[in-house]
Amino acid sequence: MTKMVHYTATTNACKLCRPLGAALAFRGIEGCVPFLHGSQGCATYMRRYIISHFNEPIDIASSSLGEKHAVYGGGPNLKLGLNNVTAKYHPSLIGVASTCLTETIGDDVPMLLEEYKAEFGTAETPEIVHVSTPSYSGTHMEGFNGAVKSAVEQLAEPAEPNNRVNIFSGFISAEDIRHLKHIMNLFETPFTLMPDYSETLDGVALIEYPLIPKGGTPLQDIAQMSGATGSIECGHTLPDETAGTFLETQYGVKRSQVGLPIGIKETDRFVEKLKEITGRELPREMQESRGRLIDAMVDGHKYIFGKRAIVYGEEDLVIGLTSFLSEIGIKPVLCATGGKSGKFETSIRQILELVDSEIPVIKDGVDFFDIEEIATSLNVDMLIGHSKGYTFSRKSNIPLIRVGFPIHDRVGGQRILHVGYHGAQQLFDTITNTVIQHKQDQSSVGYSYM
Amino acid sequence: MGSAAVLKDRKNQIFRKGNEPFDIDCNKDSLAGAVSQRACVFCGSRVVLYPIADALHLVHGPIGCAVYTWDIRGALSSGPELHRLSFSTDLQEMDVIFGGEPKLEKALYELIEKHEPKAAFVYSTCIVGIIGDDLEAVCKRVAEKTKIPILPVQSEGFKGNKREGYQAACNAMARLVGTGDIKGISKHSINILGDFNLAGEIWVIQEYFNKIGVEVVANITGDGRIEDIKRAHGAALNVVQCSGATMELADTMQERYDIPSIRVSYFGIEDMAEALYDVARHFDDSEMMRKAEILVRDELKTIMDKIGVYRESLTGKKAAIYVGGAFKAFSLVKAFRLLGMDVVLVGSQTGTKADYEELEAITDDGTIIVDDSNPLELAAFIKEKEVDLFVGGVKERPIAYKLGVAFCDHNHERKEMLAGFEGMLNFAEEVYSSVMSPVWNFVPRRKEVR
Repeated sequence: MTKMVHYTATTNACKLCRPLGAALAFRGIEGCVPFLHGSQGCATYMRRYIISHFNEPIDIASSSLGEKHAVYGGGPNLKLGLNNVTAKYHPSLIGVASTCLTETIGDDVPMLLEEYKAEFGTAETPEIVHVSTPSYSGTHMEGFNGAVKSAVEQLAEPAEPNNRVNIFSGFISAEDIRHLKHIMNLFETPFTLMPDYSETLDGVALIEYPLIPKGGTPLQDIAQMSGATGSIECGHTLPDETAGTFLETQYGVKRSQVGLPIGIKETDRFVEKLKEITGRELPREMQESRGRLIDAMVDGHKYIFGKRAIVYGEEDLVIGLTSFLSEIGIKPVLCATGGKSGKFETSIRQILELVDSEIPVIKDGVDFFDIEEIATSLNVDMLIGHSKGYTFSRKSNIPLIRVGFPIHDRVGGQRILHVGYHGAQQLFDTITNTVIQHKQDQSSVGYSYM
Repeated sequence: MGSAAVLKDRKNQIFRKGNEPFDIDCNKDSLAGAVSQRACVFCGSRVVLYPIADALHLVHGPIGCAVYTWDIRGALSSGPELHRLSFSTDLQEMDVIFGGEPKLEKALYELIEKHEPKAAFVYSTCIVGIIGDDLEAVCKRVAEKTKIPILPVQSEGFKGNKREGYQAACNAMARLVGTGDIKGISKHSINILGDFNLAGEIWVIQEYFNKIGVEVVANITGDGRIEDIKRAHGAALNVVQCSGATMELADTMQERYDIPSIRVSYFGIEDMAEALYDVARHFDDSEMMRKAEILVRDELKTIMDKIGVYRESLTGKKAAIYVGGAFKAFSLVKAFRLLGMDVVLVGSQTGTKADYEELEAITDDGTIIVDDSNPLELAAFIKEKEVDLFVGGVKERPIAYKLGVAFCDHNHERKEMLAGFEGMLNFAEEVYSSVMSPVWNFVPRRKEVR
């Protein structure tokens, strides 16, 4: 009961629930249908939430548990659901994530899946992986990372060394994934990037509704991950056990952990690792985009120097953005997240101390009510984060720079580029132009020439 | 349609008009693994109660249920906007083990002090139903101390679908009705049930009723207020829209207070006019009828020419309808007829046998009628019928768009005013602006047709 002393209700949460992250990650594996073991509402709500960002179909199956299943166990419905998904979608993989309901009634999913394979397994039966995602513990990021880890644990096989590089890029936009793949191609290095929802959640116009959209990390590549030269995992706040640590302990694949490659230094660190693993030099195109970025930063620096920003969202996204802001002269005054990995504050301090930057207010486990309350004393010039900060932005007339997920009030959220030098370039332009526009809008003169 | 898209167990939930005597299965639990477009009990309760603007809506459960329903409806308020905030007890693992009642109680006191609501609705979620928190007891205790009504909403997600949620919402509201002062209410008075004031619709409807000399006592629930609902039993008639979201409440009021009810729809010019005439007929007041006729004539005068322009371009285009409640579908069928369009598919998530019989009666031969459909089926129907426009909710939108089909949002998230005479014009405009867009020239299915 001691915890109750500090308990406050959550108002306008700055996090999502755990199974959502798992569904997104599963969507990034080729031929996979995400499947939530729980009541129908979970799958439907999450589909709606995801659709409103990506503007793409996303089928998430559900075991649609009813009252009697909640009492007698959800096993029969899980099995029926798996049969139906197999019959209708012919998936090569079904990614089963649990929900608060099935975790609480005590369904033993791994055991149920064993039973299922014994009872119904045929040549048609797809691979099935499972991840435990109780919504009452952690956020969508634990779900996302957990699903990636579970899929690798359950799908990787012993493999011959194959000089590929495994990239676990974390929760980034579809455009980000495309850009990272482009970078890998520039390095002329074979790679397995996971999860890859750059096509499955941002596909082309079609004539036939696909059972399962094209794209995603191929199953055979995941199976071969154990033979890779090395793994790069993006994110400072990843859990202690990840897909990368599994591959390292189980198969001796050397693991490197970096942050999300956002801004100059974090991208430098990412490409340093790539250079190290591949033995290649920084490709010319990247040298040039880095150079162009610095040139652009010089051109625009005055407009933004000393501006004060609140950055919120998933922990690693906030860390990356904070690092970038400190490089361009914007002061992060509040770094906030709904997540609670326990590594958020340390990571931000480390990054800012390296550049001798002032330490902002750093808060984890907060909601938008807290963010607004803290903000009142901070004299803020801009908010940087997803759409859910709009209410606050509007109320306080502070411009919002939209990044991350979800973007529910603009088109193109899936096409926002955050990573790499190119991503930093786009962020720089967006941020600087937002500041200029705000000044222009508030000005009584209305210069057309800045 | 290709049999591949329809699971065997779903065949009886699809009917094609013209071939054989009408028969359709409905009101069934969703099939596990079928990716139903339905949500859950909680969703049903939440959408109905959501627009009550001066109440605190506290979701008791893990964060997901609250965060996916934050500010999702376009339900406007003319005053307080407490309904647009998202409150959650944000249950954690320890609460699941030891019970969530202490957090619930603390959250209620905290939030009531902070926001001074006129009442609080406390929504039960899946997990609360499993861990057995005694919502009634907590609500009673808090109500005694805070002197405001605290209403438990028994909306555990797994206990059925949206319909059970509507029922739970009505049960909660029924506790309020009858507790207010009804002095001075006109004998020509009504409650508006089942309009949620999306984009300000209820204000238009209210104005119509005021113009014909009818007093509106309570809006249930669009732009709703606790004090109004408390005195709803003072009205002489309940005017109920929608498939049943609030019908239960009307039935309760009939039983308890002998208040009769009529069912109406405010969508489309025929149904809108009929709603006003029905009310006038009920009060058997010739003056009221005369005013209604004048109103209808004047309103039609202002919109019909404009609608005629749209009709010219839209005639012969094919429309598909898939909505939550079947009642909305009736009006849509008529509205498309007014625009000269052919309805080739109509379905709903939660229609009853009677609903589908009526749909069968008002549609043309060859029309597909479907209950509780899913993306694959809908996609197959769209293709088979060469649909030009799909009308549905957010979850249907990407299906239509992916296949290059125009779309009109007729769900609770929309931001366009579609009720009343003015709303019909908006509807025509919206259909026109999607169907006539030049972008369809570029989509694969049109290129193939050429």
